[in-house]
Amino acid sequence: MKPLLELRSVSVSFDGFLALNDLNLALAPGELRAVIGPNGAGKTTFLDVITGKVRPTRGDVVFRGQSLLGISEHRIARLGIGRKFQTPRVYQNLTPRRNLELAVKGSHSPFALLLGRLSGEQRERVQELLAVVGLERSGSRPAGSLSHGQKQWLEIAMLLAQDPDLLLVDEPVAGLSDEETERTGELLRHLAGDHTVLVIEHDMDFIRELNCPVTVLHEGHVLCEGSMDVVQNDPRVIEVYLGIEDDESPAVNSAVGSLQEMP
Amino acid sequence: MTITSNSSATPAGFLRRWWPWIAIIAAALILPFVLPPLRLNLLGRFLSLGIVALGIDLIWGYTGLLSLGQGIFFALGGYAIAMYLQLDSLPPGQLPEFFGLYGVKALPLFWQPFNSPWFTLIAIWVVPAVVAGLLGYLVFRNRIKGVYFSILTQAALLVFFNFFNGQQKLINGTNGLKTDTASLFGQMVGSDAMQRNLFWLTVLLVIAAWYLCRWLTTGRFGDALIAIRDDEPRLRFTGYNPTAFKTLVFTVAGALAGVSGALYTVQSGIISPQYMAVPFSIEMVIWVAVGGRGTLIGAVLGAVLINYAKSLISEQLPETWLFIQGGLFLLVVTALPDGVVGWWRLGGPRRILEMLGSASPTATYPGLDLDPEVQAEKRAIEARALAEESRVNPYGGEP
Repeated sequence: MKPLLELRSVSVSFDGFLALNDLNLALAPGELRAVIGPNGAGKTTFLDVITGKVRPTRGDVVFRGQSLLGISEHRIARLGIGRKFQTPRVYQNLTPRRNLELAVKGSHSPFALLLGRLSGEQRERVQELLAVVGLERSGSRPAGSLSHGQKQWLEIAMLLAQDPDLLLVDEPVAGLSDEETERTGELLRHLAGDHTVLVIEHDMDFIRELNCPVTVLHEGHVLCEGSMDVVQNDPRVIEVYLGIEDDESPAVNSAVGSLQEMP
Repeated sequence: MTITSNSSATPAGFLRRWWPWIAIIAAALILPFVLPPLRLNLLGRFLSLGIVALGIDLIWGYTGLLSLGQGIFFALGGYAIAMYLQLDSLPPGQLPEFFGLYGVKALPLFWQPFNSPWFTLIAIWVVPAVVAGLLGYLVFRNRIKGVYFSILTQAALLVFFNFFNGQQKLINGTNGLKTDTASLFGQMVGSDAMQRNLFWLTVLLVIAAWYLCRWLTTGRFGDALIAIRDDEPRLRFTGYNPTAFKTLVFTVAGALAGVSGALYTVQSGIISPQYMAVPFSIEMVIWVAVGGRGTLIGAVLGAVLINYAKSLISEQLPETWLFIQGGLFLLVVTALPDGVVGWWRLGGPRRILEMLGSASPTATYPGLDLDPEVQAEKRAIEARALAEESRVNPYGGEP
């Protein structure tokens, strides 16, 4: 099957520092994929490259056979790529309903917003999503007054309202309770199939829940790919996460040293 | 939301709903016959400044773009109407006096269309709008925002200021163009009767501008402006092009500034590059900040009240005004971030009464009082407690 999204040897250099280094990755339509990696592995830069925020220094990003290089963020979004940010980003001063009404699929030109009205279908979709995230009775309270979990969910709902083909989800369960985490996992699994979903997450238990292929990033490069069990037992992964076998690493040595010095 | 829609059917409901408009119309009709001509003229001028303030509120209060260069568009509107009035009050073929002083024999080409009243009426708002649109597009496309945007608009203002000051042959340089001795419909523009008509025109245009801004800020378009102010990248990744929204709203603010400048010019009697001076454009921002940014009525009230206070205080104690203005700005920055109207809407007067002990304090979390879920739960608990109580002690009272 032709991949929906393909990154072909993408490199991103910030003043000589390689945030992404010859990264190759392909997502099949309908796939659910998790991306993990230690801090600084380039996970967020990876999303920035796909969504057009950062232009790769080398390589190409191809979505449905079309290169995304040089296309501005809003056009990439209109092509069908939605993004949820690491910290929940909702419009604080608007009510949840108005947040969703801005996100719902349709024309986003200024004149359409001024002169047009939401279609019945769009209004229904907003109502439906408000119910999904349990905010249909939040009324006139601005989204800024919601709890952290509610904001996370509202942002996911905004992503769904946008109805993209590819959902890029950055740390969806950070700061959520166990129950909310479980529900989020269910939602993402449910979405896969109709949509292609890429999840970046630190929470290993959550990724195990997702039960999907995992890609490990390290220093801007794909370290390995496979199921969670395979990945977890890969010595290279253990090494980059724990650094135990890398005795020459000064960082680890100094960390060990400071531990030994402790009374 | 439909509870209030029928309330205007009864006379009392009609009054309750429309009283602000009735008061405004009554005041507009009566004031010209009550106030001395000088005061009426001042009020008319300050009301016209309310229009430029509405534009600033639109771009700053709603969209988060702090422009320090609205004087450009204000003055462009003023110059358009002033040149038309100068040309109109002369016999055909004759040139305004100042051209002779600099040896200009023929009317410069770009002033030719200003012989036409219709062209002028359109130019008053279209010329500033086009300039604002171009400037805005270039700046917003390059994603210049925040303080850099403010500095850039101020720099643009200075460029215009210096250019206009230096152009004696085209626009009479620092002297500007006078309008009070010009005539319109056979009447002196500076006459009391004409000034009264201009006052009414100003009131009408302020109301029209207010409606325009309200239309722009209520629906989904207004939500998008607020979203740009609060989190522009988020909106971009949702498929919106913020450049289009910002350029459009900056253009509208420019057009409003032009209308405001034209009305101000015909009521003050002169337009000069002084209206493009840096302090004046900053003052415009202060009116909006003090009145309440993000509230349209606050912008108009701020412009009118601060300028009225300025003229009253300057008459008595000319040296103190700048200190008072600075103090007002500090007060708003430190104590009233939402301005006076915002403070009022957020329950400010009530808090003062509470401090004085003449009102009962509200709940610590007002949100809880409004949350239907919490209220339903509270009622359920109270009902249960009541039922419990009546079961334990069916006859009530102390045993």
